[in-house]
Amino acid sequence: MDSKTFSHPLIGHQKHGNGSPVWQRPFANLGAKVIRMVTDLGASALFLLKTFVLIFRPKQISAIITQVYHIGAKSSGIVLMVGLFTGMVMGLQMYYALVTYGSEAALGSAVALSLVRELGPVLTAVMITARAGSAMTAEIGIQRISEQIDALQTMGINPVKYLISPRLAASVISFPILTAFFDLIGLAGGFLTGVVLLGLNPGVYFYRVCDSLTGSDVTGGFVKAIVFAVLVSTICTFQGFFCHTHSESRGAHSVSIATTSAVVLSCVWILVADYVVTSFLM
Amino acid sequence: MTIPLIEFRNVTKRFGDTTVLDGIDMQVYEGQITVIIGKSGTGKTVLLKHVIGLLEPDSGTILFKGRPVSDMSKKEKKTFYRQFSYMFQGNAMFDSMTVLDNVALPLHETTRLKKKAVFTKAMARIRQVELGEVADKYPSELSGGMQKRAALARALVTDPKIVLFDEPTTGQDPIRKNAILSMIAQSKRKFGFSAIVISHEIPDILFISDRVIMLWEGKVAFQGTWLEMQRQKLPMAAEYLASLEGFEDQLTGLMSKQMFRSRYKSELASLPGIKSMVIVVFSVELDLITEKLGAEAAVRVISRLGEFISSQLDGVGGFSTRQQRDHILTVFPQLEYEEVVQLLDKFTAVLQGRPLHDIQVQALEEAESDNCFNIVVYAGIAELASSEPLEEVFHKAAANQKVIAQFRCDEIGG
Repeated sequence: MDSKTFSHPLIGHQKHGNGSPVWQRPFANLGAKVIRMVTDLGASALFLLKTFVLIFRPKQISAIITQVYHIGAKSSGIVLMVGLFTGMVMGLQMYYALVTYGSEAALGSAVALSLVRELGPVLTAVMITARAGSAMTAEIGIQRISEQIDALQTMGINPVKYLISPRLAASVISFPILTAFFDLIGLAGGFLTGVVLLGLNPGVYFYRVCDSLTGSDVTGGFVKAIVFAVLVSTICTFQGFFCHTHSESRGAHSVSIATTSAVVLSCVWILVADYVVTSFLM
Repeated sequence: MTIPLIEFRNVTKRFGDTTVLDGIDMQVYEGQITVIIGKSGTGKTVLLKHVIGLLEPDSGTILFKGRPVSDMSKKEKKTFYRQFSYMFQGNAMFDSMTVLDNVALPLHETTRLKKKAVFTKAMARIRQVELGEVADKYPSELSGGMQKRAALARALVTDPKIVLFDEPTTGQDPIRKNAILSMIAQSKRKFGFSAIVISHEIPDILFISDRVIMLWEGKVAFQGTWLEMQRQKLPMAAEYLASLEGFEDQLTGLMSKQMFRSRYKSELASLPGIKSMVIVVFSVELDLITEKLGAEAAVRVISRLGEFISSQLDGVGGFSTRQQRDHILTVFPQLEYEEVVQLLDKFTAVLQGRPLHDIQVQALEEAESDNCFNIVVYAGIAELASSEPLEEVFHKAAANQKVIAQFRCDEIGG
């Protein structure tokens, strides 16, 4: 059995601050929180490294395909719907903003650039986090508290390889594909409001879309999607896998806390990473 | 001296301020069924998790065949733990997979067997625990007892060398409880694994045990055989066993061993001039029946035999208990030896008729296979002097046993 598949550095550690004098407790608790954050960050990085390496082990293909179905295919409906309405709202808002300056012909460029560079990857990642990321955390968390992960270890199955690696690989495959769908349907949404409803020339709309987008815009969007995929899958699986290490909660409550943390942290890190990646790409 | 398969030396484990294991020293030997008993919360599960490496001790050493596990390299540890299998208290079944997929999982993930071979082997194990008809159902669609059996099938599917059972019979009815224990005992003999079993099923679990370890408030209160435990008369062990045993043997409806002992003592006290009593030991070949017809069918045979003995012999002043897994002991305090011999003849005549036929038919109905198998009932008589220990005379009577009734399955329907 590969029992040391991955263990959280804080497992077995006592809660800080309980034995300190009363006046020291706020500092001790603050210190404990900082230690927890830093440890979590380091542990997540190691967890990601281990997860990545284990993708390339045998018998992973079918597990990855299954996860692509759960993370990607099953999220496509919500992603397409959000993409359509985002494009429609952008078409509407930008048309009225541009028409003031007599430059409504630039609608295609405005919609295409904002969707492909920013909104597509970010909103797709947020949508997948809400739908599939939370499910990942909850599922793995329940497996943890019901000893299914321990059972895997006792059967000689590496739980990181069996549960986590396929999800990381599937996320890296699904995020860019869904981002591409989001971009396409968003452009169609912009077309619907700008051309069909508000009467812009369709040729002008498509010409400006094609003219303004460059290969680096599309590549940049996909790079972001991949970065978000790694972040979201790591955060969500890590939170579920170690939900039992939250000292303030046990059982089902620890799963609910882990799921909430996973969604919030993923959304925050998506925005932080978006800024960082954009600043590198610009 | 035999080197223990697993040895704990002064192992201590704390969770926060609570010391769960407090300097545990214990030995588990190869090829034996070691039973761990003790009140709830005494650290039995924690101890088992240390054996399999899910938990590590705060201090102390765990040795495998004399070698500290902590000194093993990563590769050695991997090989070492591969020999284990663990049946969790809460089953730990994967609820998004069917029973068949659950049982096939360890084979699929850790062996190079072809998919067809994996499912054939998994299905064989599932049938062995009598779940063949629900193999395509999800764990949530099964009763608690069925889930336990599915977990048992998964624990045994890889043919492990050391199997750890954490309360394998919780939530089962008496027949199934004993069927599972029979299955563990039979599988152990067949596959030669060593087992560590945590259980509260007294006395059934003790019937199959080679060695008993009793935990008391985080420490080892006793380790040795069950017989040694009874002889030592530890107050805490007596108190614990009495609290679990109850008044009646759930499987047969006969007296529990504890009740039997009190009745025996009171009979001795009420008949001061008594020099001796006559005892009869009845038995069936439970292991053989288990092998041929399946564990549940075999357990039903001993259950029905117990009921029959009670119905026939209680009325003439006899009182009985299940002394071993497949041995029933009846004491006749007020009858002479010759009277008991005559009584046994009459008993045999009745048993050889309809009752044994019914037992056989029911066993065959419960059987997992179409094996035609004859059920044989044995009995032995011995005289028990009031000064002799009951256990010794029991063995004497058991040694005197001969066939009193036999039913051929090819006579069914005749």
